Amino acid sequence: MYALVDGNNFYVSCERVFRPDLQHRPVIVLSNNDGCAIARSNEAKELGVRMGHPWHEIRHLEKEAGLVALSANFALYGDMSDRMASLVAALGHRHEVYSIDESFVDLGGIPGDMTERAHAIRARVLQWVGIPCGVGIAPTKTLAKLANHVAKTAERKSGSYPAELAQVCNLAQLSRDELDSVLHATDVGDVWGVGRKIATQLKEAGIETVLDLARLDPVTARRRWSVVLERTVRELQGMSCIGLDDQPPPKKEIACTRSFRQPVNELSDLEQAVSTFASMAAQKLRGQACHTAHVLVFIHTSPYRKGPQYARSITVPLLRATSDTVPIVQAALTGLRRIYRSGYAFIKAGVMLLDLHSATLRQGELDLEPLEAEDCTRDRLMGVLDELNQRYGRGTLKLASAGVEATGERASWAMRQERRSPAYTTRWDDMLEVGDVNVTSPPMPSTAERGRQ
Amino acid sequence: MRAGFPSPAEDFQAERIDVLKYIVLHPQATYTLRVRGDSMRDEGVFDGDVILVDRAIKPRHGHIVVAVVDGAFTCKKLWLRVGKLKLLSANPEFPDIIPREGQIIEVWGVVLASVKRFQN
Repeated sequence: MYALVDGNNFYVSCERVFRPDLQHRPVIVLSNNDGCAIARSNEAKELGVRMGHPWHEIRHLEKEAGLVALSANFALYGDMSDRMASLVAALGHRHEVYSIDESFVDLGGIPGDMTERAHAIRARVLQWVGIPCGVGIAPTKTLAKLANHVAKTAERKSGSYPAELAQVCNLAQLSRDELDSVLHATDVGDVWGVGRKIATQLKEAGIETVLDLARLDPVTARRRWSVVLERTVRELQGMSCIGLDDQPPPKKEIACTRSFRQPVNELSDLEQAVSTFASMAAQKLRGQACHTAHVLVFIHTSPYRKGPQYARSITVPLLRATSDTVPIVQAALTGLRRIYRSGYAFIKAGVMLLDLHSATLRQGELDLEPLEAEDCTRDRLMGVLDELNQRYGRGTLKLASAGVEATGERASWAMRQERRSPAYTTRWDDMLEVGDVNVTSPPMPSTAERGRQ
Repeated sequence: MRAGFPSPAEDFQAERIDVLKYIVLHPQATYTLRVRGDSMRDEGVFDGDVILVDRAIKPRHGHIVVAVVDGAFTCKKLWLRVGKLKLLSANPEFPDIIPREGQIIEVWGVVLASVKRFQN
């Protein structure tokens, strides 16, 4: 038996813990560069804001409907996610953090009434952390994910499902008929692992609801579609095919790419941006104890703007696999200087680290060049670099090529995050302030005051 | 082979006291906030102090709490008697908060400790 616990409108809920004045108001969180909506409160959904809705299309709702839009504050969401996941883990013996706001829990061997336990955990996460969540319980992960969808939809839209399934939905407690009617009321496109394309194909074949899909012959599913869909069908029929991955496999590549706030022409600006991206990617690389052997760097102009277009990327091999910021940044800059052409307005650049392998595996080599003296000193240097940047904020300590005078958000290539809330729980200077009575709203420092990233 | 005498403390190795570990009871439920203003002065909570607020503790009469009044945070002493709630200041220069008819006051968390630095 599995449970899937998922924070409701997670990013918005995180913001509301520190901004109680945002309760009952339409709130959205915008993606990097304030491009589009990536989280919506129920009130914002009511206004018709879609997932991924471009900000410039809904901006008018700010004045017309009191819509509040905030820039993504991942430092805050990461900490809140951590608090939530560690409480949720208490539901069973094993647990898997599936995404920033979702955890699967293996309920095997847990005695007692699961629905009651789930309600208790839900209440605890709401009280302790401040985040409302939905819980789905079922014999397979695919059904648990579906049950979670039911739990949240039943809470948000009355009449969509039986009211007693709101907040916590335990499919294992339903009778065959009740389960069938829940599956029948759910669109096949809402099934975990069924993408938009497959959903369209299924509907063309007359498979409209989850019940239709659950009644499909698994062999037919494999023959007409894929072994992946066959697995989904079996999971919907109650046969567990997807286990709990306690250890997510390390990423095969690490990317750090951003659009600029305004187009950039000069090589020196691009060098600062690429140095910064390469440093961030190198830090992520060390975080998963890997080395890279190839650094890809790309730059391109905006296809949506008038003017000459240019897009190029280049992959620079490293002499030996490393996680050291210095050679990675050097490789990225070498690549950038090779592909840069003057006279273009660049809007985006990025660095990808490819060919990753575990830092503990090191290929033996002929004595082509003497190893850099004191390899372990470098490891320690990188450790100190990561720790300082973690503790005092990103960009505290960096290579000079990332730019010294133009710190963080003032640089022309920096990300647009004009509406970001403070890092309440992860930065000493950003702590929430509790005032005397007549303070009317919690402080929201202006961007200028919060120049450091 | 090791030369010399083993350290007599070896069998008694223990971890150094971690102050936070003794103070924080519910790490997932504990938030740090900074106090602004002197309305809780007589309870020893001063302007600029950092307080540890525990949302897992059930608020009781007499607790120092962080509450939300009209969408704003404030630190006060909780008065809970016969089903009525008040938020008391600990400084005669500041008024107590007595909820108006229909006004909703939410206790956000209980103040567990305050961190006061004497030197910076």
